[in-house]
Amino acid sequence: MLILAKFSRDKAAVLGASIVLFALIIALLAPLIAPYPGDIAASHLLTRLKPPSIEHPFGTDNLGRDILSRVILGTRGALTIALMVVGTAMLIGVPLGLLAGYYPGWLSEGIMRVTDIFLAVPQLILALALAQLMSPSLESAMLALTLTYWPFFTRIVYGEARRLKVSLFIDALQCIGAGGARILFLHILPNAISPIIVRATIGMGFTILVAAVLGFLGMGATPPEPDWGLAIAESRQYLPDAWWFSTFPGLAIFITVLGFNLLGDGLRDIVDPRLRRSR
Amino acid sequence: MTAGIPKTASPALEARDLVVRLGGKRRLLRPLVLPVQAVAGVSLSLRPGESLGLVGESGCGKTTLGRTLLGIQRESAGKIELYGTVVSGVAPAIARRKRRAVQYVHQDAGAALDPWWSIGRTLEEGLVILGRDDAQVRRGKIEAMLSAVGLDRSFKSRYVHELSGGQLRRVVLARILLLEPRIVILDEPTAGLDLSVQATVLSLIADLKARLGLTYLLISHDLAVIKRMCDRIAVMYLGRIVESGPTSAIFAMPSHPYTRALLAAAPRLEAEGRHRHDRLLKGEPPNPRSLPSGCAFRTRCPHAAPSCAESLPALEPTGRGREDGDQHGHEVACGRWREIVQASPLPA
Amino acid sequence: MSGTALLEVKSLRLSVRTDEGIAQILDHVELQLARGHILGVVGESGCGKSTLARAVLGIMPSRAVLESGEIHFEGEDLLGVSDREMTRRIRGRRIGFIPQDPYLALNPVFKIGAQLLPMLRWHASADLRSEADRRRRVLSLLRRVQIPEPELALERYPHQFSGGQRQRLMIAGALACSPALVVADEPTTALDVTTQLQILTLLRSLTEEFGIAMLFVTHDLGVVAELCDAITVMYAGQTVETGRTDEVLAAPQHPYTQALLACHPDRSGALGGIQGLVPSPLAPPPGCRFSPRCDYALAQCSTRIPRLVKEAPGRFVSCRLADERQRERP
Repeated sequence: MLILAKFSRDKAAVLGASIVLFALIIALLAPLIAPYPGDIAASHLLTRLKPPSIEHPFGTDNLGRDILSRVILGTRGALTIALMVVGTAMLIGVPLGLLAGYYPGWLSEGIMRVTDIFLAVPQLILALALAQLMSPSLESAMLALTLTYWPFFTRIVYGEARRLKVSLFIDALQCIGAGGARILFLHILPNAISPIIVRATIGMGFTILVAAVLGFLGMGATPPEPDWGLAIAESRQYLPDAWWFSTFPGLAIFITVLGFNLLGDGLRDIVDPRLRRSR
Repeated sequence: MTAGIPKTASPALEARDLVVRLGGKRRLLRPLVLPVQAVAGVSLSLRPGESLGLVGESGCGKTTLGRTLLGIQRESAGKIELYGTVVSGVAPAIARRKRRAVQYVHQDAGAALDPWWSIGRTLEEGLVILGRDDAQVRRGKIEAMLSAVGLDRSFKSRYVHELSGGQLRRVVLARILLLEPRIVILDEPTAGLDLSVQATVLSLIADLKARLGLTYLLISHDLAVIKRMCDRIAVMYLGRIVESGPTSAIFAMPSHPYTRALLAAAPRLEAEGRHRHDRLLKGEPPNPRSLPSGCAFRTRCPHAAPSCAESLPALEPTGRGREDGDQHGHEVACGRWREIVQASPLPA
Repeated sequence: MSGTALLEVKSLRLSVRTDEGIAQILDHVELQLARGHILGVVGESGCGKSTLARAVLGIMPSRAVLESGEIHFEGEDLLGVSDREMTRRIRGRRIGFIPQDPYLALNPVFKIGAQLLPMLRWHASADLRSEADRRRRVLSLLRRVQIPEPELALERYPHQFSGGQRQRLMIAGALACSPALVVADEPTTALDVTTQLQILTLLRSLTEEFGIAMLFVTHDLGVVAELCDAITVMYAGQTVETGRTDEVLAAPQHPYTQALLACHPDRSGALGGIQGLVPSPLAPPPGCRFSPRCDYALAQCSTRIPRLVKEAPGRFVSCRLADERQRERP
């Protein structure tokens, strides 16, 4: 397989892919591999703020809960948010970009001006405002992130569609009488898939980061959820003595985001039709 | 060359006084671009079963003319008839539906195919769009067509980047011929191909025409290709036909200075006539947005006279090339063609 | 011959590592070019002619492996010269370059003057020290390549010129430092025939006037016939035949040259091509690379690489037939 061969030479991309795969496995098996799966809601006041030890490799938090377990359990939440947000943003943004790029005129102008308005609103500010309006919760954070992320896809797909629209193979399809839907979804979309995938992968990392920020600010996940951002927020008053309390959730965020970004950059090079082989 | 064309047959495709202006549309918040008259009053008729060659250099409007006849480009004025039915004056989508019998083979075969699609799916797509056959019939037709263009069945699972230039030509031909057209417009069918491959592609094109009873409009800048393939020729310069007629008549007595320049400028293997002073045209084609008065070729013409600036010469018959029952015969749009031909019957 | 040659390539062998294996791009390439002469390198796509032209300029494809060979230019082996030295002393100064597509070679955001003048600033000889001198030199070059209104042309951008004029600008750029050799890679392929003839005529007169030698890479035998003194035919990375243009065109010795000439519209009455396909450089056939498509091939052709047989002074053919003919001769 040429694709795998090419990908495996890109060490950064392989590292990214391994991190993402590792995070996905952890998220899927979280309740099974967490040493203390009950520590989502439980509290053990006798073992508060214990430093890393054999029983608690990442130490315990202010309520005596095992931090390793909470980091593992938090993976699922972080990835779910990322997938939901990026998936929904793609479902909204991609078709709008295709339509605006392929059909010129008022529809295109309309879509793109609305896109520009959303792009102009800072992501975090809108998320904070929505959280204020709707009462802080994971759902409001996700809605805010989705609302601010779809325009990125529209912009990218719009540019790709405009470029591909004047390409010769689309012209050839128009000459043999292919309809707009066929051209848009069977020809322009696959040829625009490379930047979409890259944007989506990097967007996953970015979403995890912003979700953690919202959790940290108290506008996202609510206690006692094992959210990474929330954990860092709770750890603030115990710094610097209980360093493990903030360090491990922080590392989890850092590594996951890094993984998605490395993978996204690596994918850019390999999503290329010329690597397709009939044999 | 095709023998036995019905002499008095009504034209398969006929264009009268066709004008195509490109650009110049006023759009919201965009600057106005001056329109270019890419096709400036062209009349042309394509008889069933013949090959008509459209020759000219880049920017002469030959591709625009081809695309207008196809229907993907809307004409600004003029009339197009397909087998006696008027098919012009409608938007491109409708025009293409009315002109299913006409199909177009793109110049750059590699770029005219979707790189993500296998050849088999690409070939099938045209049939799916037409919605005529079921999957079984489609598969049979595709395999028959692949072997007709000289490719084997294994090509169905291959991708564009895995094929050579010659193979890609065969694929685009197969794709168009599967749609069962009666008239095929071939845009530069040999551009970018090596000489050794050109010959085989051209003989395939000639062979398919005879086998399927097709009519060709062949667009090319290469007179050698046109000479081999076509029964009649129309030479274009800056949107107008400057000379037309049977291939034999034009090569026997090229009469427009531009045709003569084109013939003379082609690089040749033999040394004779290579150093004739009138071989070299001076300057470059004028800007199509501001054409010279009178004959558009006069700024580069070695035979230009003051009278050439006064009026636009119309096509007039030279009195030759009627042997074939051709109602127009050999025509040339030059006020001085008699003197030029008299001075030297053949160009350099 | 080797004593008088300005440029001499000896058994150049070059391969490129690709994702799918090692591609043999050039294999035992030989050529000689005398001072003031024009040599046409002819072959079909994929024969390695452009790689050869770039190798002479010291530009190797990425991941290229130079297996053997020498490129002698003005008595120096260019393959032993570092890239920095090539840039400083040779490329653009002693060897000029005319590309196939001038539009890609010109930066669209800078004026022509801003692109031509620095060429002289980098390579200025003693009499071109001042800006005014350099400007005068560029203007005279532009006049010489027949650019209308040279002063105004310096202030224009590349897109404001036609294809033919852009090629004239590239020619002016290649001549700017009075090189001994100009390498031209398909410079007229993108042009119309009438413009092509203008450019060929211009190149001929310029090389005669300045005594410049030219390595002219093309796929078009007609163009070679019009322009070149000598011709080298390449097939699948190998030199198959070389000699004076009129001799090679009148009496081609190698079966490939014969077949290629037979495809030319000036020569062939009926439609005919060459059977088979050009071999992939990833798996070139052993022995003579043309043997799988050759009408005269015997079993031995696919085992032994034929040597370059000297038929006459400056006339070489790499074919079993020529080898046998020479052995029969007393």
